[in-house]
Amino acid sequence: MGVLDNFLFVGLPYITLVVFLVGTIYRYKATKFNYSSLSSQFLEESSLFWGSMPFHWGLAFLFFGHLIAFLFPSSVLAFNSHPVRLLIIEISAFIAGLLVLFGLCVLFFRRIFNDRLKPVTTKMDIAIELLLITQVVLGLLVAYTSRWGSSWFAAVLTPYLRSLFVLQPEISAITALPFLAKLHIIGANLVFLLIPFSRLVHLLVVPFHYIWRPYQRVVWNISRRSVRDPNTKWTLHRPKNT
Amino acid sequence: MDVRAQVSMVFHLDKCIGCHTCSVACKNIWTDRKGAEYMWWNNVETKPGTGYPTKWEDQDIYKGGWERNNGSMKLKGAGKLRGLVNIFHNPHLPVIDDYYEPFTYKYLDLIESPAMDDQPTARPVSLITGKPIDIKMGPNWDDDLSGTPDYARNDPNLEGLSAAEQEAMFQLERMAFFYLPRICNHCLNPACVASCPSGAIYKRGEDGVVLINQKVCRAWRMCVTACPYKKSYFNWGTGKSEKCILCYPRIESGQAPACMHSCVGRIRYLGVMLYDADKIESALTGSKNDQELALRQRDILLDPNDPVVIQAAKENGVPDSTIKAAQDSPIYKFVKEWGLAMPLHAEYGTLPMLFYVPPLLPVMASLSDVNNDEQAEKMDPIAKYWNDNWLYDTSTDELWATIDKARMPLKYLANMFSAGDESVIKEALKKLMAVRIYRRWKTVGDIDESKAMAVLEDVGLTTEAVEGIFYLTSLAKFDDRFVIPPAHREQAIEMLEFTGDTKGSTGFGFKEKPLRGW
Repeated sequence: MGVLDNFLFVGLPYITLVVFLVGTIYRYKATKFNYSSLSSQFLEESSLFWGSMPFHWGLAFLFFGHLIAFLFPSSVLAFNSHPVRLLIIEISAFIAGLLVLFGLCVLFFRRIFNDRLKPVTTKMDIAIELLLITQVVLGLLVAYTSRWGSSWFAAVLTPYLRSLFVLQPEISAITALPFLAKLHIIGANLVFLLIPFSRLVHLLVVPFHYIWRPYQRVVWNISRRSVRDPNTKWTLHRPKNT
Repeated sequence: MDVRAQVSMVFHLDKCIGCHTCSVACKNIWTDRKGAEYMWWNNVETKPGTGYPTKWEDQDIYKGGWERNNGSMKLKGAGKLRGLVNIFHNPHLPVIDDYYEPFTYKYLDLIESPAMDDQPTARPVSLITGKPIDIKMGPNWDDDLSGTPDYARNDPNLEGLSAAEQEAMFQLERMAFFYLPRICNHCLNPACVASCPSGAIYKRGEDGVVLINQKVCRAWRMCVTACPYKKSYFNWGTGKSEKCILCYPRIESGQAPACMHSCVGRIRYLGVMLYDADKIESALTGSKNDQELALRQRDILLDPNDPVVIQAAKENGVPDSTIKAAQDSPIYKFVKEWGLAMPLHAEYGTLPMLFYVPPLLPVMASLSDVNNDEQAEKMDPIAKYWNDNWLYDTSTDELWATIDKARMPLKYLANMFSAGDESVIKEALKKLMAVRIYRRWKTVGDIDESKAMAVLEDVGLTTEAVEGIFYLTSLAKFDDRFVIPPAHREQAIEMLEFTGDTKGSTGFGFKEKPLRGW
């Protein structure tokens, strides 16, 4: 348990967590205007389909897979106790990983080679794409070399992540992991670290509330009814309609 | 009764000369920015023509607006399920090539070119990539090009016209076209609002202006698909959607919108309409077909002189000044009182609140064969040549015959302004014609008074109404055409800020620079 391990598996996650929380909240409050997915479909449509669709859907599957293994480790282990179910989950996760990798490569080459996209491509965009490609490749390698990830994630990583969240970091199990898996963990930290500084913030504002809001939206700047009512007390704040 | 006020506009198409001054005024104020170069919040199209973006009226391509679905209305190309499933890639999104690639010219090359044998040229360069391009399309590329195979003949409004009718329309001698200025329609049932997953788009309760909150827009770009008029634009620079704001900062400070203020032909009228928000839903779900919907939209609009309406408006908090403005509104007169103006493409189901007086001009003159011998006799012997034996016939012997033999087929106008119902268009055109006949009796005097009066009786207009139409069409001063309530200081956003501070930025009300995210 050297200083390096302590930094990478204790220090870095906490730095990431603090930067992520402070960064995203500050950016949302201070510069709400630039919280956007910055879609480039308007400038280039055809290859975006082959990039964006596999990338996003694959990533959603993988993200929720990791999240479920973190939140419900025992259920995952119980589910995996049957080899057929284990194989199904591993294979589908691997396919999702390949989809993400394919999508990312399309998106990356699209950014590099399309003239119209150059004015809307920042260095950060390229940096994230390279980081995500690295991260997915590492994830695929880990899944291929150290089987069966879905089970040992629940057994090894979940206790580690939980120990981080209860502020009693326990990293002995982590340091024993293979090198590739360690890199994958560090990469995950870097991804979260970069979220507040990149376009990735849009994943925090996925519009699920659209599902239950009414279709039409009328906004009144001022409630004339209460303004006209002589019983309304005068305040500095104008009475608003709700 | 839920009485609300809406700032609304009427376009008198007979007066539009297609000069694009409105578009330029709008562009200079609002969209002269990076990412917005291709946007024309106000644009003028030649009809028949394909418009901007190309063939925007063809909803089989663009999937805009609402469609009937078992007694209710649903969005054609967006909506809750479809909007969220397609959020990573919207299959119905118009892309830059459907509008045009914005361009400029390398003017500096003209000045800085070294001395040489050939004249220097200013090459066109793309405003997106900065590289030289071949210009293929512009915002008014079909200007005045009626009859051309690429533009006029691809007009989606030609649907329902027989091949022979279309051919007749595009014969060189019979060629006719008119101009259609378009801005955001500030609808009562806006599809863009309904389609926005973030809830960034809203309709202002006080004056009905539909706006996009730039701080909430996340570039999910469903509004661009949903708006059947394609008046919600995606700013590729900032990654936000933008649209016509009806110059609300100008309206709030008592000025007319830029497009209206600059209008050379004085075709635009701006005023307040009172409407019953409770009737919107029943009009949408209750109408069995598009024609009925177009007619029922008029029922939503209320009579501002009706004491019941005034009472309900006051109870609902509509200010007295707004009610007064609604009573003086030129829009009310054109739309309800005289029944001359109708919304553009009511069949899209958004209940658009801008209205158009259909053009009579290409209709009024029909072609007739004449015997030119008598004329030719009188002519100079050298120039004794009469090219054709046809002449525009503007006689009034047969009162309404020219409307039926119209050069711009009624069906075509009906497809645009009354969801295909020709009787509505015919009625409006007859009224417009009646005004002309009446005025001809008054000023030229070659028509009997009895005939003029018979015409009025036929279309059901009083002399008072006819004089009113004539006045508002031909003589109206600015204050007659622009009737909005005086600004309410306590409500105006514009008055609380120095707009000069935010010049060149995206909208008002926030100090953050409109810089693209990273």
